[in-house]
Amino acid sequence: MPLIMGMSMLLACQMLGELVARGLGVSIPGPVIGMVILLASLMVYGKVPSSLRSTGEGLLRYLTLLFVPAGVGLMVHGALIGADFWPIVITLFAATAVTLAVTGWVLARLQGRRARRSS
Amino acid sequence: MKVAALDQLWVYLSGNPLLSLLVTLLAFQLAVRVNRALGGTPLLHPVTLSIALLIGFLLLVDMDYATYFEGAQFIHFLLGPATVALAIPLYDHRERVRRLLLPLLVACVTGIVTAVASTLGLAMLFGARHETLMSLAPRSVTSPIAMGIAEQIGGIPSLAAGLVLLTGSIGCILGPPIFRLLRITDPAVQGFTMGLAAHGFGTAHSFARLGAVAGAFSGLSMGLTGLLTAFLLPLITRLLGLG
Repeated sequence: MPLIMGMSMLLACQMLGELVARGLGVSIPGPVIGMVILLASLMVYGKVPSSLRSTGEGLLRYLTLLFVPAGVGLMVHGALIGADFWPIVITLFAATAVTLAVTGWVLARLQGRRARRSS
Repeated sequence: MKVAALDQLWVYLSGNPLLSLLVTLLAFQLAVRVNRALGGTPLLHPVTLSIALLIGFLLLVDMDYATYFEGAQFIHFLLGPATVALAIPLYDHRERVRRLLLPLLVACVTGIVTAVASTLGLAMLFGARHETLMSLAPRSVTSPIAMGIAEQIGGIPSLAAGLVLLTGSIGCILGPPIFRLLRITDPAVQGFTMGLAAHGFGTAHSFARLGAVAGAFSGLSMGLTGLLTAFLLPLITRLLGLG
């Protein structure tokens, strides 16, 4: 039963999230709101029920597999990707490099300053 | 035994969700094995490899994506509950998050704005189409969230998912040399950066190559980035007059 209970909790949070997203007409995906709902519930409850942990961590362990069906959808967009091939390739490489560099640099500086202050 | 019977069997199988479900699982296992045999290189990530294998298979047997997805949707559906489950690692690291809340938040928002601005800026500069732009915008966020965002702002969810996957594998290739260049050695900073720029791929890479601390921070930043981007991106695109 733990698998069923854990799955029920995840699905219940997702459903609540979807309902909130549709009901309020906000442009945030339902599962994301579900994640916030679950996080808030865990904070209130004070621990992660073992059934939820085993189901959730099982799902997250195979997270990469779950991307595959959507990724295969790239084949449908062959024409669009072909038309925008170089903009896409250059953007992916350059923007990822810039994002990595800026984020790493900012966090390293902020942490360094904090460490110096506290020592 | 008649040859015609085999034909009919294939007609039955190719219209049945069973085949695409099984093929997806097999392709993934094969890809994981190949990647492991090559020493876990980020150049050939199991996900990109299995996608390539599956596209090759579908083209070979002349099956269209809609038919394939009839079966594969059972795997795809689990992305929703998996996104919800990201709350668990976030909850586990709540103490560390609370202590470092301000630096982490500042770095996260800076990183997101950098990611979105550089992506949109470069793609516009090189003349990408509107749908491409809107599918590229959420590319540094984990797929389930990115697909939702792309749909909301007028991109194509499945294209966004593919671009997210490519971003993830590119992040794993570019991350380590950039850390060396900027002399970033703190595993927490490395992990957080990987999780922000390369989502789940970065997290898996951090756990495997940079250690447990980096992995935990990477998972944290993946969740945080997904959450904040879902709130921020619609605002940014509206601000730029693209929404």
